[in-house]
Amino acid sequence: MSGVPDIEIVGSLADLPTSATGARHLVWWGNIGFMLIEGTGFALAAASYLYIMTQAPAWPPRSDALPGLLWSGIFTGLLLLSELPALWVLRCAHAKDARGVRWGSLVMTVFGFALLVPRGFEFAHLGVLWHQDAYGSVVWLLLVLHTTHIVTELGESAVQTAWLFTHQIGDDQFADVDDNGNYWTFVVLIWLPLYALIYWAPRAV
Amino acid sequence: MTPDDALRTRLDEAWRDPPGLWGFLTTVDHKRIAARYIVTALLLMFLAGVLALDMRWQLSVPDNDHMGPQLYDESFSLHGSTMLFLVSVPLMEAMAFWLVPLMLGARNMAFPRLGAFSYWLYLGGVLTLWIGHAMDITPDLGWFEYPPLSGPTYSPGHRADIWAQMITFTEVAALCASVNIVATILKMRPPGMTLARMPVFLWAMLIASIMTSLSMPAIMLVTSMLISDRLVSTHFFSPAGGGDVILFQHLFWFFGHPEVYIIFIPATGFVSSIVEAFSRRPLFGHNVIVLSILSIGALAFGLWVHHMFAVGLPRLGNDFYTAASMAIALPAGLQIFCWIATMWSGRPRLDTPMLWMIAFVATFVIGGLSGVMTASAALDLQLTDTYFVVAHLHYVLIGGALFPLFGAFCYWYPKATGRLMSERWGKVALTGIVGGFNLGFFPMHLLGLMGMPRRVYTYPASMGWEPLNQVATAGSAIAVAGGLVFVANALISYWRGAPSGADPWGGSSLEWATESPPPPWNIAYAPVVHGLTPMWNGSRPLPVMDGLADDHRQVLITSVTDAAPLYRQTSASPSIWPLVAGLAVSAMFIASIFTPWAVPVGTLLIGITLTGWFWPRRPRAKQGPLGTGG
Amino acid sequence: MRRGAALAAFLPLAACGGIQSPLSPVGDQAVALHSLLMLSIMICGIVYALVIGGLGWSLRRRRAEPPPDTDARALDHSLWIAAGVILAGLIALTVGSFIADRALFAARGRDALAVRVTGHQYWWRIEYRDPASGRWIETANELHLPQGRTARVALGSADVIHSFWVPNVAGKIDMVPGRRNLVDLTPRRLGWFRGQCSEYCGAQHAHMALDVKVDPPAVFDAWLTAQAQPAAAARDAVAAHGAAVFAGACAACHAVRGSGAGGRAGPDLTHFASRHSIAAGTLSMTRGNLQGWIAQPQAIKPGTMMPAVALAPADADAVARYLVTLR
Repeated sequence: MSGVPDIEIVGSLADLPTSATGARHLVWWGNIGFMLIEGTGFALAAASYLYIMTQAPAWPPRSDALPGLLWSGIFTGLLLLSELPALWVLRCAHAKDARGVRWGSLVMTVFGFALLVPRGFEFAHLGVLWHQDAYGSVVWLLLVLHTTHIVTELGESAVQTAWLFTHQIGDDQFADVDDNGNYWTFVVLIWLPLYALIYWAPRAV
Repeated sequence: MTPDDALRTRLDEAWRDPPGLWGFLTTVDHKRIAARYIVTALLLMFLAGVLALDMRWQLSVPDNDHMGPQLYDESFSLHGSTMLFLVSVPLMEAMAFWLVPLMLGARNMAFPRLGAFSYWLYLGGVLTLWIGHAMDITPDLGWFEYPPLSGPTYSPGHRADIWAQMITFTEVAALCASVNIVATILKMRPPGMTLARMPVFLWAMLIASIMTSLSMPAIMLVTSMLISDRLVSTHFFSPAGGGDVILFQHLFWFFGHPEVYIIFIPATGFVSSIVEAFSRRPLFGHNVIVLSILSIGALAFGLWVHHMFAVGLPRLGNDFYTAASMAIALPAGLQIFCWIATMWSGRPRLDTPMLWMIAFVATFVIGGLSGVMTASAALDLQLTDTYFVVAHLHYVLIGGALFPLFGAFCYWYPKATGRLMSERWGKVALTGIVGGFNLGFFPMHLLGLMGMPRRVYTYPASMGWEPLNQVATAGSAIAVAGGLVFVANALISYWRGAPSGADPWGGSSLEWATESPPPPWNIAYAPVVHGLTPMWNGSRPLPVMDGLADDHRQVLITSVTDAAPLYRQTSASPSIWPLVAGLAVSAMFIASIFTPWAVPVGTLLIGITLTGWFWPRRPRAKQGPLGTGG
Repeated sequence: MRRGAALAAFLPLAACGGIQSPLSPVGDQAVALHSLLMLSIMICGIVYALVIGGLGWSLRRRRAEPPPDTDARALDHSLWIAAGVILAGLIALTVGSFIADRALFAARGRDALAVRVTGHQYWWRIEYRDPASGRWIETANELHLPQGRTARVALGSADVIHSFWVPNVAGKIDMVPGRRNLVDLTPRRLGWFRGQCSEYCGAQHAHMALDVKVDPPAVFDAWLTAQAQPAAAARDAVAAHGAAVFAGACAACHAVRGSGAGGRAGPDLTHFASRHSIAAGTLSMTRGNLQGWIAQPQAIKPGTMMPAVALAPADADAVARYLVTLR
């Protein structure tokens, strides 16, 4: 009972590859885990928005203006457009195309910077400040949460681009590019329900 | 299994930590990280116990002046926050960190550096709360500081911010740990360990970690909203601004209820492992137990309103949450049946770990039953916010989580240290802890039924609460004394305990296949699994596969459902970046108590540390516009 | 016979009751909850006995090795039986809970005495609606209820979350700022009872108690009429002097209707001396205690909202003598 048991070698793992792509890869699952966490956070923030909305006699409250549609429309359009290079980079990563991921990541990074401009104007045209009332607080909450993701994705894409251009790209790095592209897609998709809540729920109610 | 010397030397070389302090700061060895988690949490448990004794002393006599209201309020806040955020969940995570790779026959966790980072953030939370206490800005509004009391109007100063940010630290640590554990269990199982052949403990940690990922965002969100109300004048929780104080309660308890099951479910894993080993037969009702854990995990998200039955919410909702809260007793009860059935049909050996399991059943069931009583929205109106519910929560947390944890500690101690704890002193400790706990907390059910509310620093003599309070104090003191004997046993056995060998208890799972203590690389070969109890295969040798690299850190990745070998993944080496990133995150969290500008500045700093962490070390590019050419 | 046995088992529990206890129910609502409590204790007690019995049997049983197949079949059947027993118990308790819940709201359709209680740190503002005039009659810290009638109490808070709990009469309901909750109280027995705030509300949460008196309806009506009257003018010189000091030092926070003092930050003191206790159940109503309270409120109830107002001893004594006349 006290010694280590005898062993019998029944096979070898030496012929297994040393990398994988997509859902076979370990880090892909970590990425999914973080999407689950952040997605839950967004869902709860959206639920808080709806909760406060159902308590309010008017939405938005009479002292507040409706949030502007121009800059949010520009942002949303640009964000959806940014999904194109992201999808292209995903394809290049799966095909192990070094040149494609380099230039594609650069385009994604440029989009990331560009998106900050309409997002800045969006904040200025929300029609309410965060400290005016609960409506203002929760609208700013949703927009700040999403902006945080834009900023972190921009940062990750920028750093990745710099590295990709200056180094030889291995299988694990193609997997990292794959994960970044997937997360970018998540950030694009999660914006759509938030956009509906912030800009259209006050107009529908 | 004893690998030959040449193999051992190569594995040691690949998997060793740098020596000394640098090794301590850079290690990514899951066993070392788990050990530091456990030592820290046990120290905090002791501090929380001292706070509890202090409060019990104050309550032993009516109109006592041992502590004034401020000190008492700080004590119950610090005690609750420490036990729930800094001890219970981290201890379960720590046990998972230590045991999951060993039980999987794997060399490390899926994300070794993330594990190190989790510990540093946890330590940041510990220091935030306790250094805050040393600086006399101790939180003093309980462990779930409701607004408006915790809002800017009624709690100026920074006590509530310390509480909220301590939570931010520990929740980020827990979220990182949960992703790590889920990825390890899903993708690093040994060949042949299909989900159907996975031991209950691994199911328990998988479910508890998924629950963590889904529930912790709620408390991160709500504490951020509270800090935001306090720091930058948002109106989430101020009725005057259109906010709602009940929103805080909904978000808090959406986290808070799953939290207690996140603490309980790993305990069911310990119980399953230990009852199986000491009944000397495979667990009865394995499928029932696994399904029960799954249903408890799902149901747990549908119960949170039972913490709010007195708030005056719509009656139909209260009816629903009553039924759901009652329903969760069914899977829990079936688990108890299966464990008792395992003992009934086995040949139980009553060593200390098994005695803890018996104490668990006898104690936790009382807590479960008092929970069924509070599940009724109507009856809860007499029971909530009284000492009845104080008794209930301690019975389920101490009986349901800490007793299995103490048993698990005794059970796996020989594997971790190579020594056996003293059986005799283990039984003395158990008698003190279990007897003292029941003596201390059973009277609290009666005190609640006699009208004593919770969180009161004193009470008048005319209420007749004194005798039971004194019994409660005596029992608590005995329990703490038992706890000290337990710790002394652990410490003394470390140097003077009898050598245990690899498998002193005759366990059924793979952690018993390697040496005690395990070498840094855990196990030399990848075991092949054909059933639920791989170590109970008669006298036949253990089937294994070789071929994993032994000259650098490499782990095996397998498929999610069938555990078919997929590829070999390089495993992270020791790194200073988790500590550096942890420091950057800590600086941002602390500074954001005082100024919102900490957020953008801190984000930039964190970005820099994360860049260092993830920067791949590969040769410079030769082609492309930034290539070196040639 | 069975009821006798059950009663015998519960007698020790009944002995634990008191004036602030769900175990001594005097109100319809508390009686319904008490019945549910007894049902729960019985069912939970039986289940616990079964668990411990099963555990004990399992540990003492001697068995052959390897275990015979009949063991496995017996266990499989027993699992279903256990599931059935657990389910039956849970259904019984759930049904019992729904029945008790209906009882709590049984009085809703009927006429009730309208009362408003507002929680403050650390006292209770109590207002009764005069059915004749529709005006609100204000008092503080002591709730009188007519026996056999339902009082419908609207609960609110002026600051943080409190909770209104008079266990002998009904379960607790939170007092949430921004929200109005209702609780029905239908007491059936006379006497003095005690309630206590049951949601942590700050430093002196422990000393926010509520005296509750259940009177025959005629006595209650007379009490309410007396509470509606303004305060009588002070008769002797010392009390008059006290009233004057009061107007200067205390009227900013306290009201004494009929005297000009109209402060609303603290409890209404118009009929202060008719109450059972001082400072929401902190001290019994004696002149000595009152003098101590006026002189050093922070020493007696540290963290209370009442500041220590510096008064010359003679003035403080005069105020106490004045307040004692406010019956």
